[in-house]
Amino acid sequence: MTTLTDPPKEHFRLSMLLYDTRYRSATIQVVALMGFMLLAAWLLSNTIQNLEALGKPVEFGFFSEPASYDINQRLLEYDSRDSHLRAAFIGLLNTLVVAVLGCITATIVGVLVGVLRLSSNWLVAKIMTVYVEMFRNVPVLLWIVFAMAILIESLPAPRAFRGENPTATMDLFNTVAVTNRGVYIPEALFSRSLGDIHFFGESAMRFDVSLDLIAIIIVLAGSIFAMRKVTAWANKTQEQTGDRPKIWHILLGLIFVPMLILLVALGFHLGYPELKGFNFTGGTHLRNSLIALWLALSLYTAAFIAEIVRGGILAISHGQTEAAAALGLRQGRIMRLVILPQALRVIIPPMISNYLNLTKNSSLAIAVGYMDITGTLGGITMNQTGRELECVLLLMLVYLAISLSISAVMNWYNERVKLVER
Amino acid sequence: MSNQSFVRTEMLPEQAPPGSTVGVLGWLRENLFSTWINSILTVVCVVFVYYVLSNILSWTFLSVWNANSLTECREIMMATWGTTHGHACWAVINERWQQMLFGFYPPELYWRPILALVLLLVALSPILYAEKVSSKLLYLTAAYPFLLVWLMWGGSIWGPLMAAAGFGIGYLAYRFLLPIAGGLTALIAAFLLPVLWWLFLAGPVAGAINSIIPIGIASVESREFGGYMLALLLGVVAIGCSLPLGIVLALGRQSDLLIVKYLCVGFIEFIRGVPLITLLFVASLLLNLFLPPGTNFDIILRVMIMMTLFSAAYMAEVIRGGLAALPRGQYEGADSLGLNYWQAQRLIIMPQALKISIPGIVSTFIGIFKDTTLVSIIGLFDVIGLSSAIRADTAWNGIYWELFAFIGFLFFVVCFGMSRYSMYLERKLQTGHR
Repeated sequence: MTTLTDPPKEHFRLSMLLYDTRYRSATIQVVALMGFMLLAAWLLSNTIQNLEALGKPVEFGFFSEPASYDINQRLLEYDSRDSHLRAAFIGLLNTLVVAVLGCITATIVGVLVGVLRLSSNWLVAKIMTVYVEMFRNVPVLLWIVFAMAILIESLPAPRAFRGENPTATMDLFNTVAVTNRGVYIPEALFSRSLGDIHFFGESAMRFDVSLDLIAIIIVLAGSIFAMRKVTAWANKTQEQTGDRPKIWHILLGLIFVPMLILLVALGFHLGYPELKGFNFTGGTHLRNSLIALWLALSLYTAAFIAEIVRGGILAISHGQTEAAAALGLRQGRIMRLVILPQALRVIIPPMISNYLNLTKNSSLAIAVGYMDITGTLGGITMNQTGRELECVLLLMLVYLAISLSISAVMNWYNERVKLVER
Repeated sequence: MSNQSFVRTEMLPEQAPPGSTVGVLGWLRENLFSTWINSILTVVCVVFVYYVLSNILSWTFLSVWNANSLTECREIMMATWGTTHGHACWAVINERWQQMLFGFYPPELYWRPILALVLLLVALSPILYAEKVSSKLLYLTAAYPFLLVWLMWGGSIWGPLMAAAGFGIGYLAYRFLLPIAGGLTALIAAFLLPVLWWLFLAGPVAGAINSIIPIGIASVESREFGGYMLALLLGVVAIGCSLPLGIVLALGRQSDLLIVKYLCVGFIEFIRGVPLITLLFVASLLLNLFLPPGTNFDIILRVMIMMTLFSAAYMAEVIRGGLAALPRGQYEGADSLGLNYWQAQRLIIMPQALKISIPGIVSTFIGIFKDTTLVSIIGLFDVIGLSSAIRADTAWNGIYWELFAFIGFLFFVVCFGMSRYSMYLERKLQTGHR
């Protein structure tokens, strides 16, 4: 018969911190933490000493001083008497503009190219392969400066539009002027405008929102809501009676009639660019720097997205295609209804990281003089004020915030479309 | 008689397939003209390809190779073809290619970067083509980092030698202390002694030996570095250092040790959340602020450090993907064999995880190599920076396409080569799970 005895009482010895696996992990962690804190303290004390020696204590007062430089491509009103903070804010908006535009274009081009690379047409597939390899294997900075050079060198100057026999003409029924100083497109004007709402008074973050725009968005949202109601009603009727009521003319009317009424009520008209003197006036002016950056970033990222899309489609087993074909679906419908929804789950995570890359690559705007947050806060503001530490740290924080928010939003979306395993 | 139906008793001889389904015609029908949409697409594509190729080829090959300025180039074009459009002026490359490749590196010393490149290929060969090349070459691989520094920057040979001696000291300390003082003490000594050596002794010792036996080659300043050579140098260093660092970070992120894990996560997410250009700003403007007063070390070295940290974070994520993709059974199998953590990692986990992540690792390499061009923004004369410098010269003012084509070609060759190699490696290592 055996009796259970208590295990011998162990006395804690110092060497157990190292040789006993129960304590070793704690020891390693404490050492790592201490090492990290020592390193941080060392860097911090060096920085403090160096800054004292330079006579530049860390402070952010310079942000309220006038920036005294101009930003030519901007969404909000700004002039050189505005503060550095305002300039940084305008720069941030510019970063977001080019990032959003780039992501949209890159997705469209990328999905198209990715699908076409799998085309049964040999020539189309090869051309797309050449495109992808060309863009993936050459630095994006080169593409950006290249796009800028094309725009500046090969497009006609505004004066080419002048005179009796101009060598250049405006495109799209005389509404768009493509010049080497940028592209002039028509702008939306309202003769019976509802005015603006001003947010944040006179602070650096102030911005105006046009009430016309809000009205348009509300009407559009209402139309879409009504359209969905009608479609739901049609579906229900179809399920109950087997006949689908004809609704396309109702849908068309729902989307167009309220919008037309609103536009007429607001006195909507387009302001066309016109050649006055040596340059175009009127319309919206998209500078070369914006277009070059947008084009280069989207084409570059599209090459990566194309590969992701192709990989995602190839990851879906061929049986799915065959099963869909056996159901009698056509080629296009197989892609749209069977393959793409499944491929989307494979595609989305790497797609997110490509959107992030595009946003971070937009900081190369500084190479073509587009005033994004790097060009304002990390460029002219930093050079003028000599506040490198504050500016660079703030710049990093801004990008970090943008990156984290994009990945948060995209991860949320990814969670939603993820296959629910039962 | 019943009407017996006909049954064929012998096989008919095989007939040749219809002419429209085999050979060139069959291929064309299947791949280019299978449906009418495809036929339209093919015709459009042929026209497009013809248009692009005819322009590019005539631009590339009907070109001027010898001229001293863009104006002269255009005069020659006018005289030969009667137009200045559609013809390349490669004369600029002909005149400046050395500068674009080597920056302002002294021309009489060009053999050094070239030798470094050749040695790099030799040193890489036992890793890249392990089964075809003698493994004795691995000694060269181990010595290569020091050789690279010595060849590129020149100066006394004792500096790099003494730096290399640090590793020898660490190894010796481990060997001799292991039987005497036990594993842990030996490990700590093997880590601490080289650090102390590098911090306090290596410099004076190298100086002392150099004053007795001066062996050295002409030294080259960092500001003379430039051109494509700079991209290759930065790329090689960042790639070489980021792989081990990335493995360590990935292991840290996967580790059970909470504090280590969160330190690694914080580092990786921070680096991945900011653009490289801000890190280069840190390298060029802030890194000196973070170090003890009076330290002022080389801009290229600072850029190398930041690029290494940057790529290590991306590498860590790629390798973490590989680690996560390994079946749980592999970890459990290693445990059940009684292997400890490092043995399991070295023998079981890492070989498989790295194999899985080869495509990701190589595309990270390609990304780093392309990103070396960003140093032109902080004022280093890499190949893009030099192209602007060449344009600033009055002789070549206004020349774009030839320079861009040349730069693009240089990068394309290396990046495309890397991606093809990764495909080859994937095929070679495939053990047939599919």
